[in-house]
Amino acid sequence: MGWIVFGICAWLVGWLTNVWLARQPKSQATSLAVPVIFGVTLILIWESVVRGFGISPVLLPPPSVIAERFSQSADILWIDFVQTVIKGALSGYVIGCGAAFVIAVTVDRFPFLQRGVLPVGNFVAALPIIGMAPIMVMWFGFDWQSKAAVVVVMVFFPMLVNTVQGLQASDAMQRDLMRTYAAGYWKTLLKLRLPSAMPFVFNGLKIASTLALIGAIVAEFFGSPVKGMGFRISTSVGQLALDLVWAEIVVAAIVGSAFYGGVALLERAVTFWHPSQRG
Amino acid sequence: MRNVLPVLTVVAVIFVAWYIGAVALNATWAQDNAARAGVELSFTELVADTLSQDKPKLPAPHQVAVEIWETTVEKNITSRRSLVYHSWITMSATLLGFVLGTGLGIALAVGIVYNRTMDMSVMPWVIASQTIPILAIAPMIIVVLNAIGITGLFPKAVISMYLSFFPVVVGMVKGLRSPDRMQLDQMKTWHANGIQEFWKLRFPSSMPYLFTSLKVGMAASLVGAIVGELPTGAVAGLGARLLAGSYYGQTVQIWSALIMAAVLAACLVGIIGLAQRLVLKRMGMA
Repeated sequence: MGWIVFGICAWLVGWLTNVWLARQPKSQATSLAVPVIFGVTLILIWESVVRGFGISPVLLPPPSVIAERFSQSADILWIDFVQTVIKGALSGYVIGCGAAFVIAVTVDRFPFLQRGVLPVGNFVAALPIIGMAPIMVMWFGFDWQSKAAVVVVMVFFPMLVNTVQGLQASDAMQRDLMRTYAAGYWKTLLKLRLPSAMPFVFNGLKIASTLALIGAIVAEFFGSPVKGMGFRISTSVGQLALDLVWAEIVVAAIVGSAFYGGVALLERAVTFWHPSQRG
Repeated sequence: MRNVLPVLTVVAVIFVAWYIGAVALNATWAQDNAARAGVELSFTELVADTLSQDKPKLPAPHQVAVEIWETTVEKNITSRRSLVYHSWITMSATLLGFVLGTGLGIALAVGIVYNRTMDMSVMPWVIASQTIPILAIAPMIIVVLNAIGITGLFPKAVISMYLSFFPVVVGMVKGLRSPDRMQLDQMKTWHANGIQEFWKLRFPSSMPYLFTSLKVGMAASLVGAIVGELPTGAVAGLGARLLAGSYYGQTVQIWSALIMAAVLAACLVGIIGLAQRLVLKRMGMA
């Protein structure tokens, strides 16, 4: 009973604070504090609902248990992190995005191909490519190579479409100016068209960063060595060790945001001139 | 129309690459077999063999086409061996999840646009959640919902729902905020109340954004339904076909399920695209 009262109190306090903060003039402090308070309130309510109503930890473990598990199994989580994120997702991400970039630049030289690649790429990017996972596991074995291959296939088309579009982003006036400077194809590419493609390229890189993690994790559902985040999630669910599953999800969330944030920071450094980055 | 020829060229290139890949990948198996039987394969024999193996590493397009034809047209659609049956299972979960996710997403977007507290508290989390590999929770949702007695269609639909939910929220918030100051002022001078402003200005001008995010949401929702079928142990659905195929090394079955999923995705997204064109044309926006 005490927990339920506590939960209701936490909800009231959190909500009223946020209502009050939202009425204040908008500043950096308030726009940071409000979501943080919302998140903390949500966790407190979760904790008190689980404890107050006596929900079995097999269904939904309270956040405190998850946090405890997180600190206890740091070594397992680290092994899984290295297997899935570093070996699987990151290597696939680099190969896939790199290949897509090179092919996009090549395709861009041939307007005929370019008009064909864009619709096909857009179409393929909407397909459930994750289904390639069992095939890749069959081709490349259970270890991280097959996960990297799934990631390559998943990130390839979004990246290709964005880069091809980006290379068209420079307008005729700018290209004419390069011509008047007697700049050849390579010079125009390096000094004008690649820089102006960068906002699109980074858009592709950001989409790909989320896809890479999803691909690496889901591919492990189809078979993997006895480590990796997807392996741990699917086996721990089977053993009803949901606290470990949630700990893995916390890791996935942190990695996902960090990955995305890293790409966004890089974008800010590279495309500092773009209106959307000047603030 | 001028894109037809280039698109066909690219598609042709993909098919040629597929055939070459099939020959290259299946050649080892064919040659091993030939060596065991003590015969030397000529090049044409080798190609013929690689394109007609029973469990090839990479089945050739025509093998997949034959498999799809046999499992859709020639099988009774209620049969468990029919791909139509499995596609129907997956599609119903996808559509249920999509409808739920879209409804929830629009409701939350309205809340975010009209309530400042909600905007400041929820919106950052919605945006942050886009960067999280949320699909990883799928097995847990299935098992937990099974444990409390909810089975069948609904658990898969829940996964589809939360995958299609976020794109819709983000798109709709953008869309509902797309009318500019001038238009909002105009509504004010016409003495429009909040509800009229919503139905006559904000909601109509959010339509292009809504349809774009519906397409993303539909594609995501299908992925959710397919992945949601994996942890239940391959009962029914396209995801189950994929898993069963990978257990038994039935590559042709995997590829046909994959192509079927692609066709399904193309149809569902295509229908939304058609609706988009009709609605926007009717509204004078396209």
